[in-house]
Amino acid sequence: MECSTRQEGKFMIVTLAGEVDLHYSPEARKQILAQLNDKNHVLVDLSGVEYIDSSGIASLVEGFQLARSKQLEFGLVGVSEAARQVLELARLDKVFQIKATIAEFIDH
Amino acid sequence: MSQTLIKKRFKAHTYQLKQLRDWVRESAGKAGLTDERIEQVVIGVNEACMNIIEHAYNETSGDIIFEVIQAPGEIIFQLTDFAEAVDSSCIKSRELDDIRPGGLGVHFIHEVMDKVEYLSGKNGKGNTIKMIITLT
Repeated sequence: MECSTRQEGKFMIVTLAGEVDLHYSPEARKQILAQLNDKNHVLVDLSGVEYIDSSGIASLVEGFQLARSKQLEFGLVGVSEAARQVLELARLDKVFQIKATIAEFIDH
Repeated sequence: MSQTLIKKRFKAHTYQLKQLRDWVRESAGKAGLTDERIEQVVIGVNEACMNIIEHAYNETSGDIIFEVIQAPGEIIFQLTDFAEAVDSSCIKSRELDDIRPGGLGVHFIHEVMDKVEYLSGKNGKGNTIKMIITLT
């Protein structure tokens, strides 16, 4: 798994790529929660995710809940087919704010 | 007649999950499943293995055996551990409307597999999960 962060407009973009499984998801969780604890609005870019398991999804849910408690924005962008399949299995595809591009969040 | 397509023994550690997913893809491909079905099976077996690592062994060390058996009308993806026997009535998913981290693995397994069976070993040791795909 690769995990990187960058700023775009008011958002910190956390990009996850490769295979986000139980071995790597603690790192993804740490990055997402650290940005929210620093009071940043967060978008998680999933366009390069080839596989994500329930532990990776749990990291996203935790981010979603922390953002809500801190009144910060949190969304998913460029969700890959592999990630979408698992979000749908978890019935979370209607819970998260999901858009195709970062620009759509910024223009919103 | 049943045929074992693959049998592997490995350490119960998260770094093994990628290798396990590759074995699942290889054996499910041999069994003739479609690419879409293979990826569903990968999700189910990966989640079952995560549960063994996190809950059955619970940070202790141990081995897992992965087997794929082609039987008449079905393919069985099976994981066996040597941890304390788990009461299968305690293995359940959370309610999906209760949005919180975790508790989704069992739901995923049951969603992607046609049938799931839990077996306990003798003398309170060991567990086997049989995840079955029915061939139509």
